[in-house]
Amino acid sequence: MLAIRVDELGKAFRGRPALNGLSADFAPGTLHGLIGPDGAGKSTLLRLLAGLLRPTTGRIEYRRETAPLPWDAVRPRLAYMPQTQSLYADLSVGEHLDFFRDLHAVPEDAYRPRRDRLLRLTRLAPFVDRPAGQLSGGMYKKLGLMCALIASPDVLLLDEPTNGVDPVSRREFWDLLYELRNDGLLVILATAYMDEAERCDRAWLLDAGRWIAHGPPREVLEREGVAGFAELFIRQGLP
Amino acid sequence: MSEPAVLTEGLTVRFGNFTAVDGVSLRVERGEIFGFLGANGAGKTTTIRVLTGLLAPTAGRVEVAGLTFDHGADAIKARVGYMSQKFTLYTDLTVAENLEFAAALRKIPAGVFRERSRDLLRFIDFRDRADVLVRDLPGGLKQEVSLVAALLHDPEIVFLDEPTAGVSPSARVRFWELIRGLAARGKTVFVTTHYMDEAGECGRIALMRAGALIALGTPRELKDRAFPEPLYDLHFPAAPPAGWRNDLAAAGTVQPHGLRWHVAVRDPRRWEDLLARWGTAARARRIEASLEDVFLRWVESPA
Repeated sequence: MLAIRVDELGKAFRGRPALNGLSADFAPGTLHGLIGPDGAGKSTLLRLLAGLLRPTTGRIEYRRETAPLPWDAVRPRLAYMPQTQSLYADLSVGEHLDFFRDLHAVPEDAYRPRRDRLLRLTRLAPFVDRPAGQLSGGMYKKLGLMCALIASPDVLLLDEPTNGVDPVSRREFWDLLYELRNDGLLVILATAYMDEAERCDRAWLLDAGRWIAHGPPREVLEREGVAGFAELFIRQGLP
Repeated sequence: MSEPAVLTEGLTVRFGNFTAVDGVSLRVERGEIFGFLGANGAGKTTTIRVLTGLLAPTAGRVEVAGLTFDHGADAIKARVGYMSQKFTLYTDLTVAENLEFAAALRKIPAGVFRERSRDLLRFIDFRDRADVLVRDLPGGLKQEVSLVAALLHDPEIVFLDEPTAGVSPSARVRFWELIRGLAARGKTVFVTTHYMDEAGECGRIALMRAGALIALGTPRELKDRAFPEPLYDLHFPAAPPAGWRNDLAAAGTVQPHGLRWHVAVRDPRRWEDLLARWGTAARARRIEASLEDVFLRWVESPA
């Protein structure tokens, strides 16, 4: 299983800084929530971790046990789910899974049980023949997650995976995240839901590219003397 | 009674043999902030597409701003504003260009457009330059500009489909100030959201499940009806006692809320015994149901 350490990580776009000297440790089998106002740098951080952007300063280190891993070994172990996802409207749930199996060259004997488990965990088995274009918002997000998981990654990077997902589906989605975390995956997600931040092992509050607060949610809230993260946002005068 | 803003009787929409909206009857008064809740796929957006004149119902009666589909879909469209969930603005056009384009589609005379866009941009307290590209706006502001675009033709009723999905907590608070501002200006606001704290801001709420309306009332009424039994907020300051989940399940139903749990107590004796046994390991206090509690209870199980 993979761990990630970021050290004094910075990113600037055309000279405008988006992230400033972020350091953090992300251990396997833990679930991390990134929160912060629009434009704080949450998506930029996830894209950097996913290898889609290169840091301007500082470094990202991926490790297995204690050994640093080269990028070529890391890349197939990472899954990234962007905020707006492009699935194929006219392909069914089952066809998507087959397609991503082919894309990641997953061997058939590993694929079958994984596919069955994911369909069971997401409760999408009854909809296996339904085209993605006709799925509800919550189901669509779950399909996106399954496509990301079909290669059995060690790290799952999710950019606001539950936007527009109703409270019941959101709960099911979280049950699924806990299962994956308990399997040893490192899960890092950005969220606009403050109750989700409380459900993570560690919450990271980002503003203007810097950490404002981070740690186990309960400790952060106690330290700041607030009842919840929404109150912390308002207290800090975040936009 | 005065003429309602929206009236449906037995509204039904079928796609092939799939019934998306199943006999929905509701009445929204003018000037109301009306919340429309339900799980993904419950039929909310389909209902809104009918009420905005975009989709003719398969069966049932629909009246919007006093008009029916017999008056023509265009007549309805002229009286309503619609901020859709998927598409709102062209991200590669500026704020001004987006508004001009929306005004041109609505055939708003230039003089009227200038006055309204100035008034509406002031209403949202827009301080950026109008020549900024929409893709460079933060998410919260983008939604506010979308609202302006939906209001340019001065509609009587505004339909907002998940206007705050994915925007920051502070931006959500701001957006709801605008919604209250619209109601104060006499507009009827019909809004969907998956944030239950926002639903509490509505005057009345309709809850949809699988195409059918399963509850309709003020937030207070829905809470009282959904939870006849007492509800408690429970948390464990340190590690929870062994077997707590099973023990609790015997006393009531449990839902996670962030770091805490909400327990609807079915068996008060068992509950008291448990609390006595756990002592200081558990902290519980009686609470009022939230709309999230209501939603989870009714959408997951039959009302």
